Amino acid sequence: MLSRKSLEVWVGLFVAAGILALAMLAFKVGNLATADVQGSYRIQARFDNVGGLKKKAAVTMAGVRIGRVAEISFDNKKYQALVSMDIDGRYNNIPKDSSSSILTSGLLGDQYIGIEPGGDDAFLQNGDTILRTQSALVLEKLVGQVIFNKANEPAPPK
Amino acid sequence: MNTFYTLGHIIISTIERLGRASMFLYEVVLGSWQLLRRFYLVVQQVYAVGVLTLLIILVSGLFVGMVLGLQGYNTLVKFGSANSLGLLVALSLVRELGPVVTALLFAGRAGSALTAEIGLMKATEQLAGMEMMAVNPITRIIAPRFISGVIALPLLTALFSAIGVLGGHLVGVGMLGVDAGAFWSQMQNGVDFRGDILNGVAKSVVFGFVVSWISVFEGYDAVPTSEGVASATNRTVVYSSLAVLALDFILTALTLGDV
Repeated sequence: MLSRKSLEVWVGLFVAAGILALAMLAFKVGNLATADVQGSYRIQARFDNVGGLKKKAAVTMAGVRIGRVAEISFDNKKYQALVSMDIDGRYNNIPKDSSSSILTSGLLGDQYIGIEPGGDDAFLQNGDTILRTQSALVLEKLVGQVIFNKANEPAPPK
Repeated sequence: MNTFYTLGHIIISTIERLGRASMFLYEVVLGSWQLLRRFYLVVQQVYAVGVLTLLIILVSGLFVGMVLGLQGYNTLVKFGSANSLGLLVALSLVRELGPVVTALLFAGRAGSALTAEIGLMKATEQLAGMEMMAVNPITRIIAPRFISGVIALPLLTALFSAIGVLGGHLVGVGMLGVDAGAFWSQMQNGVDFRGDILNGVAKSVVFGFVVSWISVFEGYDAVPTSEGVASATNRTVVYSSLAVLALDFILTALTLGDV
Protein backbone atom coordinates (compact mmCIF):
# COMPACT_ATOMS: atom_id res chain seq x y z
CA MET A 1 0.00 0.00 0.00
CA LEU A 2 1.23 3.43 -0.91
CA SER A 3 1.70 6.15 1.65
CA ARG A 4 -0.99 8.79 1.77
CA LYS A 5 1.27 11.41 0.30
CA SER A 6 2.39 9.52 -2.81
CA LEU A 7 -1.15 8.27 -3.40
CA GLU A 8 -2.37 11.84 -3.42
CA VAL A 9 0.42 12.83 -5.79
CA TRP A 10 -0.58 10.08 -8.21
CA VAL A 11 -4.25 10.99 -8.11
CA GLY A 12 -3.37 14.66 -8.58
CA LEU A 13 -1.22 13.81 -11.58
CA PHE A 14 -4.01 11.65 -13.01
CA VAL A 15 -6.67 14.34 -12.67
CA ALA A 16 -4.34 17.02 -14.06
CA ALA A 17 -3.45 14.81 -17.04
CA GLY A 18 -7.14 14.14 -17.69
CA ILE A 19 -8.01 17.83 -17.64
CA LEU A 20 -5.02 18.61 -19.85
CA ALA A 21 -6.16 15.98 -22.34
CA LEU A 22 -9.61 17.53 -22.38
CA ALA A 23 -8.10 20.96 -22.95
CA MET A 24 -6.02 19.57 -25.79
CA LEU A 25 -9.14 18.05 -27.34
CA ALA A 26 -10.96 21.36 -27.01
CA PHE A 27 -8.26 23.67 -28.36
CA LYS A 28 -6.00 21.55 -30.53
CA VAL A 29 -8.48 19.05 -31.97
CA GLY A 30 -11.70 21.05 -31.76
CA ASN A 31 -12.50 24.55 -32.85
CA LEU A 32 -13.01 26.21 -29.48
CA ALA A 33 -10.12 28.59 -30.07
CA THR A 34 -11.69 29.95 -33.24
CA ALA A 35 -15.31 29.08 -32.66
CA ASP A 36 -17.07 32.18 -31.50
CA VAL A 37 -17.02 35.59 -33.04
CA GLN A 38 -16.89 38.25 -30.35
CA GLY A 39 -19.22 41.21 -30.06
CA SER A 40 -20.87 40.24 -33.28
CA TYR A 41 -23.46 42.16 -35.24
CA ARG A 42 -25.98 40.64 -37.60
CA ILE A 43 -26.51 41.42 -41.26
CA GLN A 44 -28.76 39.78 -43.81
CA ALA A 45 -28.72 38.96 -47.48
CA ARG A 46 -31.29 37.55 -49.89
CA PHE A 47 -30.27 34.88 -52.35
CA ASP A 48 -32.21 33.29 -55.21
CA ASN A 49 -30.62 29.98 -54.36
CA VAL A 50 -28.41 29.05 -51.42
CA GLY A 51 -27.40 25.67 -52.80
CA GLY A 52 -25.86 23.56 -50.05
CA LEU A 53 -25.10 26.40 -47.64
CA LYS A 54 -25.51 25.36 -44.01
CA LYS A 55 -25.77 27.03 -40.64
CA LYS A 56 -22.37 27.90 -39.13
CA ALA A 57 -20.78 28.09 -42.56
CA ALA A 58 -17.96 30.62 -42.81
CA VAL A 59 -18.42 34.20 -43.94
CA THR A 60 -15.21 35.43 -45.48
CA MET A 61 -13.71 38.59 -46.90
CA ALA A 62 -10.58 38.30 -49.00
CA GLY A 63 -10.51 34.66 -47.93
CA VAL A 64 -10.31 35.46 -44.22
CA ARG A 65 -13.06 34.24 -41.97
CA ILE A 66 -14.89 37.21 -40.42
CA GLY A 67 -18.13 35.61 -39.25
CA ARG A 68 -20.53 32.75 -39.65
CA VAL A 69 -23.98 32.02 -41.01
CA ALA A 70 -26.49 32.25 -38.16
CA GLU A 71 -29.72 31.34 -39.84
CA ILE A 72 -31.17 30.40 -43.21
CA SER A 73 -34.88 30.86 -43.80
CA PHE A 74 -37.26 31.10 -46.70
CA ASP A 75 -38.99 34.38 -47.50
CA ASN A 76 -42.33 33.34 -48.98
CA LYS A 77 -43.19 36.83 -50.20
CA LYS A 78 -40.19 37.26 -52.45
CA TYR A 79 -39.55 33.53 -52.94
CA GLN A 80 -35.96 33.99 -51.91
CA ALA A 81 -33.72 32.57 -49.23
CA LEU A 82 -32.96 34.92 -46.34
CA VAL A 83 -29.52 34.32 -44.83
CA SER A 84 -28.56 35.97 -41.52
CA MET A 85 -24.86 36.28 -40.74
CA ASP A 86 -23.07 37.13 -37.51
CA ILE A 87 -20.04 39.28 -38.30
CA ASP A 88 -17.21 39.78 -35.83
CA GLY A 89 -17.52 43.18 -34.15
CA ARG A 90 -13.90 44.02 -35.01
CA TYR A 91 -14.86 44.28 -38.67
CA ASN A 92 -17.51 46.99 -38.41
CA ASN A 93 -16.43 48.96 -41.47
CA ILE A 94 -17.85 46.93 -44.34
CA PRO A 95 -19.21 49.34 -46.99
CA LYS A 96 -22.98 49.40 -47.46
CA ASP A 97 -22.83 48.55 -51.16
CA SER A 98 -20.71 45.41 -50.70
CA SER A 99 -21.81 42.33 -52.57
CA SER A 100 -22.02 38.82 -51.23
CA SER A 101 -21.83 35.57 -53.13
CA ILE A 102 -22.02 31.91 -52.23
CA LEU A 103 -18.80 30.14 -53.09
CA THR A 104 -17.46 26.62 -52.80
CA SER A 105 -14.10 25.77 -51.31
CA GLY A 106 -12.43 23.35 -53.66
CA LEU A 107 -14.32 21.25 -56.16
CA LEU A 108 -16.40 19.30 -53.66
CA GLY A 109 -15.83 21.31 -50.49
CA ASP A 110 -18.16 23.17 -48.17
CA GLN A 111 -20.01 26.22 -49.34
CA TYR A 112 -19.37 29.58 -47.74
CA ILE A 113 -20.22 33.22 -48.22
CA GLY A 114 -17.68 35.61 -49.66
CA ILE A 115 -18.18 39.37 -49.28
CA GLU A 116 -16.64 41.74 -51.82
CA PRO A 117 -16.23 45.28 -50.47
CA GLY A 118 -17.93 48.15 -52.29
CA GLY A 119 -17.00 51.82 -52.32
CA ASP A 120 -19.65 53.40 -50.11
CA ASP A 121 -18.64 55.64 -47.19
CA ALA A 122 -21.51 54.34 -45.04
CA PHE A 123 -20.93 51.04 -43.28
CA LEU A 124 -23.22 48.07 -42.69
CA GLN A 125 -24.94 48.24 -39.28
CA ASN A 126 -26.69 45.61 -37.19
CA GLY A 127 -29.83 44.51 -39.03
CA ASP A 128 -28.82 45.87 -42.45
CA THR A 129 -29.30 43.90 -45.63
CA ILE A 130 -26.77 43.35 -48.37
CA LEU A 131 -28.56 44.10 -51.63
CA ARG A 132 -26.16 42.80 -54.23
CA THR A 133 -25.96 39.05 -54.05
CA GLN A 134 -24.94 36.19 -56.25
CA SER A 135 -26.46 32.77 -55.80
CA ALA A 136 -24.73 29.47 -55.44
CA LEU A 137 -23.73 27.62 -58.57
CA VAL A 138 -25.92 24.58 -58.94
CA LEU A 139 -24.07 21.89 -60.82
CA GLU A 140 -27.15 20.42 -62.51
CA LYS A 141 -28.09 23.81 -63.98
CA LEU A 142 -24.57 24.28 -65.33
CA VAL A 143 -24.58 20.84 -66.93
CA GLY A 144 -28.02 21.55 -68.36
CA GLN A 145 -26.81 24.83 -69.84
CA VAL A 146 -23.80 23.18 -71.46
CA ILE A 147 -25.97 20.49 -73.03
CA PHE A 148 -28.50 23.07 -74.21
CA ASN A 149 -25.78 25.19 -75.83
CA LYS A 150 -24.26 22.16 -77.50
CA ALA A 151 -27.64 21.17 -78.94
CA ASN A 152 -28.16 24.67 -80.36
CA GLU A 153 -24.80 24.73 -82.09
CA PRO A 154 -24.92 24.26 -85.87
CA ALA A 155 -23.82 20.80 -86.87
CA PRO A 156 -20.15 20.70 -87.85
CA PRO A 157 -19.62 20.60 -91.62
CA LYS A 158 -18.95 17.16 -92.98
CA MET B 1 -47.52 -25.36 -16.41
CA ASN B 2 -43.85 -25.60 -15.54
CA THR B 3 -42.89 -23.32 -18.44
CA PHE B 4 -45.23 -20.62 -17.21
CA TYR B 5 -43.84 -20.97 -13.74
CA THR B 6 -40.27 -20.54 -15.00
CA LEU B 7 -41.23 -17.62 -17.22
CA GLY B 8 -43.08 -15.84 -14.44
CA HIS B 9 -40.29 -16.51 -12.01
CA ILE B 10 -37.68 -15.04 -14.38
CA ILE B 11 -39.73 -11.93 -15.04
CA ILE B 12 -40.60 -11.28 -11.43
CA SER B 13 -37.06 -11.84 -10.19
CA THR B 14 -35.65 -9.57 -12.93
CA ILE B 15 -38.01 -6.77 -11.98
CA GLU B 16 -37.27 -7.33 -8.31
CA ARG B 17 -33.56 -7.05 -9.00
CA LEU B 18 -34.06 -3.86 -11.01
CA GLY B 19 -36.06 -2.43 -8.13
CA ARG B 20 -33.37 -3.37 -5.63
CA ALA B 21 -30.73 -1.81 -7.88
CA SER B 22 -32.69 1.44 -8.09
CA MET B 23 -33.25 1.62 -4.32
CA PHE B 24 -29.57 0.89 -3.87
CA LEU B 25 -28.61 3.68 -6.28
CA TYR B 26 -30.85 6.09 -4.37
CA GLU B 27 -29.14 5.22 -1.09
CA VAL B 28 -25.67 5.49 -2.63
CA VAL B 29 -26.38 8.91 -4.11
CA LEU B 30 -27.82 10.10 -0.79
CA GLY B 31 -24.76 8.70 1.02
CA SER B 32 -22.41 10.46 -1.40
CA TRP B 33 -23.07 13.88 0.16
CA GLN B 34 -21.37 12.80 3.35
CA LEU B 35 -18.21 12.07 1.39
CA LEU B 36 -17.45 15.76 1.18
CA ARG B 37 -16.29 15.55 4.78
CA ARG B 38 -14.07 12.53 4.13
CA PHE B 39 -12.87 13.15 0.63
CA TYR B 40 -9.75 11.07 1.15
CA LEU B 41 -11.87 7.92 0.76
CA VAL B 42 -12.71 9.03 -2.77
CA VAL B 43 -9.08 9.93 -3.53
CA GLN B 44 -8.03 6.42 -2.50
CA GLN B 45 -10.56 4.88 -4.85
CA VAL B 46 -9.70 7.22 -7.73
CA TYR B 47 -6.20 5.82 -7.39
CA ALA B 48 -7.52 2.24 -7.51
CA VAL B 49 -9.90 2.63 -10.45
CA GLY B 50 -8.26 5.52 -12.28
CA VAL B 51 -4.51 5.60 -11.91
CA LEU B 52 -4.13 1.83 -12.05
CA THR B 53 -6.28 1.69 -15.22
CA LEU B 54 -4.20 4.41 -16.84
CA LEU B 55 -1.60 2.15 -18.46
CA ILE B 56 -4.04 -0.10 -20.31
CA ILE B 57 -6.04 2.95 -21.45
CA LEU B 58 -2.99 4.80 -22.77
CA VAL B 59 -1.59 1.77 -24.58
CA SER B 60 -4.92 0.83 -26.18
CA GLY B 61 -5.62 4.46 -27.09
CA LEU B 62 -2.30 4.76 -28.84
CA PHE B 63 -2.83 1.57 -30.82
CA VAL B 64 -6.44 2.34 -31.72
CA GLY B 65 -5.32 5.73 -33.02
CA MET B 66 -2.51 4.16 -35.01
CA VAL B 67 -4.80 1.55 -36.55
CA LEU B 68 -7.32 4.27 -37.43
CA GLY B 69 -4.51 6.17 -39.11
CA LEU B 70 -3.49 3.17 -41.22
CA GLN B 71 -7.00 2.06 -42.14
CA GLY B 72 -8.27 5.56 -42.76
CA TYR B 73 -5.30 6.44 -44.95
CA ASN B 74 -5.78 3.38 -47.15
CA THR B 75 -9.43 4.25 -47.75
CA LEU B 76 -9.03 8.01 -48.09
CA VAL B 77 -6.11 7.82 -50.48
CA LYS B 78 -8.40 6.10 -53.00
CA PHE B 79 -10.52 9.26 -53.12
CA GLY B 80 -7.52 11.52 -53.16
CA SER B 81 -8.41 13.05 -49.81
CA ALA B 82 -5.68 11.70 -47.58
CA ASN B 83 -5.44 15.18 -46.06
CA SER B 84 -8.70 14.56 -44.23
CA LEU B 85 -7.04 11.79 -42.24
CA GLY B 86 -6.80 13.96 -39.13
CA LEU B 87 -10.49 14.74 -39.28
CA LEU B 88 -11.40 11.08 -39.67
CA VAL B 89 -9.20 9.95 -36.78
CA ALA B 90 -10.33 12.74 -34.47
CA LEU B 91 -14.04 12.40 -35.18
CA SER B 92 -14.12 8.63 -34.80
CA LEU B 93 -12.14 8.83 -31.56
CA VAL B 94 -13.94 11.75 -29.96
CA ARG B 95 -17.46 10.74 -30.88
CA GLU B 96 -17.47 6.96 -30.68
CA LEU B 97 -14.35 4.94 -30.03
CA GLY B 98 -13.03 6.99 -27.13
CA PRO B 99 -16.07 6.76 -24.86
CA VAL B 100 -17.06 3.22 -25.85
CA VAL B 101 -13.69 1.45 -25.82
CA THR B 102 -12.66 3.22 -22.62
CA ALA B 103 -15.90 2.20 -20.93
CA LEU B 104 -15.47 -1.43 -22.06
CA LEU B 105 -11.87 -1.55 -20.83
CA PHE B 106 -12.91 0.19 -17.63
CA ALA B 107 -15.62 -2.41 -17.02
CA GLY B 108 -13.12 -5.20 -17.56
CA ARG B 109 -10.26 -3.74 -15.55
CA ALA B 110 -11.84 -1.63 -12.78
CA GLY B 111 -15.50 -2.69 -12.68
CA SER B 112 -14.74 -6.36 -12.18
CA ALA B 113 -12.21 -5.51 -9.45
CA LEU B 114 -14.82 -3.38 -7.65
CA THR B 115 -17.39 -6.17 -7.77
CA ALA B 116 -14.92 -8.80 -6.57
CA GLU B 117 -13.71 -6.57 -3.74
CA ILE B 118 -17.17 -5.69 -2.47
CA GLY B 119 -18.45 -9.24 -2.98
CA LEU B 120 -15.55 -10.65 -1.00
CA MET B 121 -16.15 -8.10 1.76
CA LYS B 122 -19.71 -9.35 1.91
CA ALA B 123 -18.68 -13.03 1.85
CA THR B 124 -16.23 -12.52 4.72
CA GLU B 125 -18.90 -10.55 6.61
CA GLN B 126 -16.89 -7.35 6.75
CA LEU B 127 -19.93 -5.36 5.64
CA ALA B 128 -22.06 -6.97 8.35
CA GLY B 129 -19.30 -6.23 10.87
CA MET B 130 -19.37 -2.56 9.90
CA GLU B 131 -23.08 -2.41 10.45
CA MET B 132 -22.57 -3.94 13.88
CA MET B 133 -20.27 -1.05 14.69
CA ALA B 134 -22.92 1.43 13.50
CA VAL B 135 -20.86 2.33 10.44
CA ASN B 136 -23.00 2.51 7.33
CA PRO B 137 -21.20 0.38 4.70
CA ILE B 138 -22.99 2.22 1.91
CA THR B 139 -21.45 5.58 2.78
CA ARG B 140 -18.12 4.13 3.94
CA ILE B 141 -17.47 1.50 1.24
CA ILE B 142 -19.90 1.74 -1.68
CA ALA B 143 -20.33 5.48 -2.26
CA PRO B 144 -16.60 6.33 -2.57
CA ARG B 145 -16.17 3.56 -5.14
CA PHE B 146 -19.21 4.66 -7.09
CA ILE B 147 -18.23 8.34 -7.12
CA SER B 148 -14.64 7.61 -8.04
CA GLY B 149 -15.82 5.59 -11.05
CA VAL B 150 -17.99 8.50 -12.17
CA ILE B 151 -15.02 10.86 -11.80
CA ALA B 152 -12.39 8.60 -13.34
CA LEU B 153 -14.07 7.42 -16.54
CA PRO B 154 -14.49 10.84 -18.23
CA LEU B 155 -10.85 11.66 -17.46
CA LEU B 156 -9.70 8.32 -18.84
CA THR B 157 -11.82 8.88 -21.95
CA ALA B 158 -10.23 12.27 -22.57
CA LEU B 159 -6.78 10.73 -22.21
CA PHE B 160 -7.72 7.87 -24.54
CA SER B 161 -8.97 10.22 -27.26
CA ALA B 162 -6.03 12.59 -26.90
CA ILE B 163 -3.40 9.90 -27.14
CA GLY B 164 -5.35 8.25 -29.96
CA VAL B 165 -5.16 11.46 -31.99
CA LEU B 166 -1.42 11.55 -31.31
CA GLY B 167 -1.17 7.91 -32.44
CA GLY B 168 -3.00 8.77 -35.64
CA HIS B 169 -0.61 11.69 -36.11
CA LEU B 170 2.35 9.38 -35.55
CA VAL B 171 1.24 6.97 -38.26
CA GLY B 172 -0.35 9.43 -40.67
CA VAL B 173 2.25 12.17 -40.58
CA GLY B 174 5.27 10.21 -39.44
CA MET B 175 4.95 7.03 -41.49
CA LEU B 176 2.58 7.72 -44.37
CA GLY B 177 3.62 11.26 -45.17
CA VAL B 178 0.36 13.17 -44.74
CA ASP B 179 1.05 16.89 -44.42
CA ALA B 180 1.11 17.86 -40.75
CA GLY B 181 -0.52 21.24 -41.34
CA ALA B 182 -3.41 19.75 -43.30
CA PHE B 183 -3.78 17.01 -40.68
CA TRP B 184 -4.40 19.52 -37.88
CA SER B 185 -6.23 22.23 -39.80
CA GLN B 186 -8.79 19.86 -41.35
CA MET B 187 -9.31 18.42 -37.89
CA GLN B 188 -9.88 21.83 -36.33
CA ASN B 189 -12.26 22.84 -39.10
CA GLY B 190 -14.34 19.70 -38.84
CA VAL B 191 -14.50 18.95 -35.13
CA ASP B 192 -17.06 21.07 -33.33
CA PHE B 193 -16.52 21.71 -29.63
CA ARG B 194 -20.16 21.52 -28.60
CA GLY B 195 -21.43 18.99 -31.10
CA ASP B 196 -18.56 16.53 -30.99
CA ILE B 197 -16.30 16.95 -27.98
CA LEU B 198 -18.91 17.79 -25.34
CA ASN B 199 -21.06 15.04 -26.82
CA GLY B 200 -18.23 12.56 -26.21
CA VAL B 201 -17.72 13.86 -22.67
CA ALA B 202 -21.45 13.52 -21.96
CA LYS B 203 -21.35 9.95 -23.21
CA SER B 204 -18.41 9.10 -20.98
CA VAL B 205 -20.15 10.59 -17.92
CA VAL B 206 -23.22 8.44 -18.61
CA PHE B 207 -21.06 5.36 -19.14
CA GLY B 208 -19.11 6.05 -15.94
CA PHE B 209 -22.34 6.33 -14.01
CA VAL B 210 -23.82 3.12 -15.42
CA VAL B 211 -20.67 0.97 -15.24
CA SER B 212 -19.93 2.05 -11.65
CA TRP B 213 -23.54 1.48 -10.66
CA ILE B 214 -23.58 -2.03 -12.12
CA SER B 215 -20.21 -2.88 -10.56
CA VAL B 216 -21.00 -1.83 -7.00
CA PHE B 217 -24.51 -3.22 -7.14
CA GLU B 218 -23.39 -6.63 -8.39
CA GLY B 219 -20.81 -6.75 -5.61
CA TYR B 220 -23.25 -5.66 -2.93
CA ASP B 221 -25.93 -8.04 -4.19
CA ALA B 222 -23.63 -11.03 -4.70
CA VAL B 223 -24.39 -14.39 -3.11
CA PRO B 224 -21.81 -14.43 -0.29
CA THR B 225 -19.91 -17.51 -1.42
CA SER B 226 -16.85 -17.88 -3.63
CA GLU B 227 -19.09 -19.07 -6.48
CA GLY B 228 -21.44 -16.15 -5.93
CA VAL B 229 -18.60 -13.63 -6.11
CA ALA B 230 -17.29 -15.28 -9.27
CA SER B 231 -20.63 -15.12 -11.06
CA ALA B 232 -21.23 -11.56 -9.83
CA THR B 233 -17.91 -10.48 -11.34
CA ASN B 234 -18.83 -12.23 -14.55
CA ARG B 235 -22.22 -10.48 -14.62
CA THR B 236 -20.59 -7.09 -14.05
CA VAL B 237 -18.49 -7.39 -17.18
CA VAL B 238 -21.31 -8.78 -19.33
CA TYR B 239 -24.02 -6.35 -18.19
CA SER B 240 -21.71 -3.33 -18.26
CA SER B 241 -20.57 -4.08 -21.80
CA LEU B 242 -24.12 -4.62 -23.03
CA ALA B 243 -25.37 -1.50 -21.24
CA VAL B 244 -22.54 0.60 -22.69
CA LEU B 245 -23.16 -0.56 -26.25
CA ALA B 246 -26.93 -0.16 -26.02
CA LEU B 247 -26.71 3.25 -24.36
CA ASP B 248 -24.18 4.34 -26.96
CA PHE B 249 -26.68 3.66 -29.68
CA ILE B 250 -29.43 5.54 -27.84
CA LEU B 251 -27.20 8.54 -27.06
CA THR B 252 -25.92 8.69 -30.63
CA ALA B 253 -29.43 8.49 -32.03
CA LEU B 254 -30.52 11.28 -29.68
CA THR B 255 -27.67 13.62 -30.59
CA LEU B 256 -27.55 12.89 -34.31
CA GLY B 257 -31.30 12.78 -34.70
CA ASP B 258 -31.75 16.51 -35.25
CA VAL B 259 -29.00 16.95 -37.82
